[in-house]
Amino acid sequence: MSEVLWLVPTIPLLGSIILLCTEGRLPKLAVAVIGSGSVGLAAICALYVGTNVIGTGEWHYAETLWTWMAVGDFNPSITLYLDGLSLVMTGVITGVGFLIHLYATGYMWEEEGYSRFFAYMNLFVFAMLMLVLGDNLLTLFLGWEGVGLCSYLLIGFFHSDPANGYAARKAFVVTRVGDTLMALGLFLLFRELGTLEIQAALDSATIAWSDGSGINTAICLLLLGGAVGKSAQVPLQTWLPDAMAGPTPVSALIHAATMVTAGVYLIARMQDMFMLPGPAMHWVAFVGLVTLFISAFTALVQTDIKRILAFSTMSQIGYMFLALGVGAWSAGIFHLMTHAFFKALLFLASGSVILALHHEQDIFKMGGLWKKLKIPFASMLIGSLALAALPGTSGFFSKDAILLTAYQESSYGLLFWVGAASAAFMTSLYTTRMILITFFGEVKTEPHDHSRINMWGPLLVLCALSIGGGWLGFMVLASYMGDGGVPLEFHADAIALLTIGVPMIGILLGYLIWGNRAIPVDKLATSSVGQRLQRFFHGGWGFDWIYDRVIVNPFVRLAQVNKSDFVDLMFTSIASLTAGIHRIVTRTQTGELRWYATNMVVGLLLVVLIVIVQA
Amino acid sequence: MMPPIEHVLVLALMLFCIGAVGVLVRRNIIFILLSLEFMMNACAMVFIAAGAKWGQPDGQIMFMLILAIAASEVAVALGIVIQMARRFRTLDVDAVSELRE
Amino acid sequence: MTALYLILFLLGAGLVACLAERLHENAPRWISLLAFVVATIWTAGIWLGGVDPSTGFYAAGELSWIPALGINVILKVDGLSLMLIGLTTLLGVIAVVSSWSEINENRGFFQFNILWVMSGVVGVFCSYDLFLFFFFWEVMLIPMYFLIAIWGHEDRSYASMKFFLFTQVSGLLMLVAIIALVWLNYENTGVLTFSYEELLNVELSDTIASLLMLGFFIAFITKLPSVPVHTWLPDAHTQAPTAGSVILAGILLKTGGYGLIRFTVPLFEEASRDFAFVAMLLGVISILYGGYMAYSQSDFKRLVAYSSIAHMGFILVGVYAFNELGMQGAIVTMIAHGFSTAALFMMAGSLQERLHTREMTQMGGLWVKAPRMGAMTMFFVIASVGMPGLGNFIGEFLVLIGAFKVNVPLTVLATIGIVVAAVYGLSLMQRSFQGTPNPQVTAMQDFGFREMSVFAIMIIALVWIGVYPQPLLDLAQPTLDALGVAL
Repeated sequence: MSEVLWLVPTIPLLGSIILLCTEGRLPKLAVAVIGSGSVGLAAICALYVGTNVIGTGEWHYAETLWTWMAVGDFNPSITLYLDGLSLVMTGVITGVGFLIHLYATGYMWEEEGYSRFFAYMNLFVFAMLMLVLGDNLLTLFLGWEGVGLCSYLLIGFFHSDPANGYAARKAFVVTRVGDTLMALGLFLLFRELGTLEIQAALDSATIAWSDGSGINTAICLLLLGGAVGKSAQVPLQTWLPDAMAGPTPVSALIHAATMVTAGVYLIARMQDMFMLPGPAMHWVAFVGLVTLFISAFTALVQTDIKRILAFSTMSQIGYMFLALGVGAWSAGIFHLMTHAFFKALLFLASGSVILALHHEQDIFKMGGLWKKLKIPFASMLIGSLALAALPGTSGFFSKDAILLTAYQESSYGLLFWVGAASAAFMTSLYTTRMILITFFGEVKTEPHDHSRINMWGPLLVLCALSIGGGWLGFMVLASYMGDGGVPLEFHADAIALLTIGVPMIGILLGYLIWGNRAIPVDKLATSSVGQRLQRFFHGGWGFDWIYDRVIVNPFVRLAQVNKSDFVDLMFTSIASLTAGIHRIVTRTQTGELRWYATNMVVGLLLVVLIVIVQA
Repeated sequence: MMPPIEHVLVLALMLFCIGAVGVLVRRNIIFILLSLEFMMNACAMVFIAAGAKWGQPDGQIMFMLILAIAASEVAVALGIVIQMARRFRTLDVDAVSELRE
Repeated sequence: MTALYLILFLLGAGLVACLAERLHENAPRWISLLAFVVATIWTAGIWLGGVDPSTGFYAAGELSWIPALGINVILKVDGLSLMLIGLTTLLGVIAVVSSWSEINENRGFFQFNILWVMSGVVGVFCSYDLFLFFFFWEVMLIPMYFLIAIWGHEDRSYASMKFFLFTQVSGLLMLVAIIALVWLNYENTGVLTFSYEELLNVELSDTIASLLMLGFFIAFITKLPSVPVHTWLPDAHTQAPTAGSVILAGILLKTGGYGLIRFTVPLFEEASRDFAFVAMLLGVISILYGGYMAYSQSDFKRLVAYSSIAHMGFILVGVYAFNELGMQGAIVTMIAHGFSTAALFMMAGSLQERLHTREMTQMGGLWVKAPRMGAMTMFFVIASVGMPGLGNFIGEFLVLIGAFKVNVPLTVLATIGIVVAAVYGLSLMQRSFQGTPNPQVTAMQDFGFREMSVFAIMIIALVWIGVYPQPLLDLAQPTLDALGVAL
């Protein structure tokens, strides 16, 4: 087999370098072609390599490029590794990534810095591919930090607005807290196992710690810390809603489809270590559970359409974490894939709406748009149905698999199921609210849609994937994932039926509240308790509030206090002491002859006195 | 007949003290120089007395040395006095305390 | 004797540059540039020439100097020396170009000082005689003092005096330690020698070894600098002209790290081992305190200066981790930091030339006016934040992974420094180039070919170190093996 795997990340990197070096002097059309074309080419290469790898019958394929560095027993190489898991990820990144790039060529057409935008986007695709293709944790970390950087650059893309810059920095710093934990995990892993190569580490870990070990748990939890930061899970989730400051295609690509799922990928990649006896799995599951629950509530009271989707993303990634935590690896990755389809669709569709309304994001200033914006409406509707997991859509299959596996978990199964199901209920509720308020009712702002095929084309493709992607998942995942994929079977017991029914109840209730207004909730919303609750939910359960008071403000204040470095006092005080002594001693230099003579005589007398006393 | 050495030493001490007090309390530079001569001569007297006491010539040699020092000192000092008188039009040492911080 | 010729070449070029000002006012900088280019090529030639198998060095030579006191001119170049000399000459080029249009008075004497500092540094990097080492240590100090005191900014006399005193006092401690070491060796063996290689095996009692080790250690961490003897650095950097800052951050600080690796650790191995915890602790404090102080600055140059302190903390941690990973990490950090920080100081210099201020409150939104400057700043901020794929990451990661084997709590604290780096790095970016454009800044000239080519050199260097650091590691490995320290 010809070795072309290296081309997959290299092509986007080249695209990025070309766009950066030309400094925006290329015509926009050329930028669009290079920007989206490079990702398209990468997708084709990935497809080619993928089919080849599948064709050989072996489930993995590695391509070593060069030894990164070799110091003593530490010798990580730059090696690309392709197996079922990374193939799914690569497919999502290049495939969905290409669609989003294509969409962005239209969305960003009017904006400043067209070329810079695609340079960053291509760089992101490169970094994300390095993340999923790296065969050792250091290469993974290279991609991990790289996507963080691109996320920072793209959130703050419109850098003239300080708020965007703040959001970008927040995203970078908060995820870096996670990255630090992850780096510590790598250090510990290397110290214990002497390698950072993933397969070798997993093998020796399963042998060395087959009965479980505190160190294994520690490593897993540190890696989980990294995953939590990147995937915006509790307690490092606060950056994601603010990250919506970036252009909408960025939100679709980075903050919905790919980067934020990197944490899920990491845990799935290291699953052998997580599965060793120890509490690591429960931690993963609980992190997911808490996040999906909290953010589902928060999404319900948001008014900014992108923020609704952001909280929804956090919630859906929570489902993936829950799936990983209960051992449903395939279901988790399955949901990652379907989520990439329908959430990218939702973001892009909302982007079309936002663009048509001249960058209006408040859903209460929208309304009645369904007649004017047919394609975005249809896309949004299909995406929402998949998000709410209505039977037949792609989201249904994956979420259903997660919920049912969670229920079967031995120790906390019921708790997991109840939490996840109630969040699923909330999901269908806020989705219904979003659709009804945005697209129905009276028209509040007149839309001007002038999107062309490069914008609605990707929407249609994603629509198809959101509906049919479930079947795709069964086909691909069942054969190539380590644990045999998601079983396609129908359960008829009460729990299964309830799981299917919950979203429908949510949609019905949502219609009754925001559709025909049969249930009046205004009274509840305007009461003092209701308002306070609303504020609490709206602010994301007060995490930002606490972090600001406990960490950010003290740090900033401390920095203001000590601007001139108190350590320097140690040295300046030596200097001023010397100067002080100097001033005192110079007083004796009066220039008066008789004062000097007096001193001499007194000194002489003292000497004589001392001699006499001594004798 | 030689007086007892203690007497000579007391006399020398008295002369020295007179000289020292003179240096400290007088402001006229001429008087200060005079007082310095007093002190030097007091020292010289001690040498003479000591030389006589032990019958050694060293005392007288030292006396000669002190005379020479005194003479050269006066030569330099009078030069300074003349310069001082010319430049500052005064012989008061307190008035010329310019050499200070 | 190649090393001696290189040093003499730089010294001579300095004299010529100084005198050439009479011919033409631009002659000195061209001579200086030419000299550094030649020196860089020369160094590359030494590298390509490979190790002389008979000596085990790239270049080695010995001349008698003061035989009665056992003082000789012993200059030897091994891998570590060579890469630092290469960094020196290359940054020489960069320093000259960066001050191309900045210096308008005493141009000849300015280039003279730059060339003399550099020759002193080259001497420091290859002296194998402690007296000669100390001699070069002083040679590089005095021209640097002049660079700050004559061409510095508003507070230059204070800053230059502070720089001078710190270095001089700590250098004095080292001198005392050197003399004591030589004397003890003389008492033991009856041989009076300052030769480094012969002094490696002096038998010392524990207390004396610790005291002498401290003498060297304090001198080197003052140069490095580490908390608590770092306070000269922000002042010196802030006041120095651009070329001065580039040299100071790029090279002079590295002499401290070099000294630790070359002298403190091998000469007093046991004492250093006992002292390792304190040294690592100082390193960690430098990382955290430097980062925290960097965040609180509003002066562009001061911020970068404090960030240097934070980065130098990694060197201290790496060296005193006493393993290969840590040492190699420290060495890579030295090289990578040389480029990344020099670039940021050049940026500060360019901004000051254009805006006549270093205060970031007077900046903001500069990207719109000068996108190339913005992009360059972004790149080097990202590099100094420790982005994988760029040089600084390799150094820091090796240091941390090495230190983790030795002391977990300290490593955890040092790793937090990476988060702090993100905080101050991005805040620098935000306050200067992003945000609302400052209305007071009406127009600003963007970078031209001259600046971009210099930055391109540094970008290539950082990417190369980040992606394929093996040549550096291979170059340093024999040095580490030969240190005689069980790593």
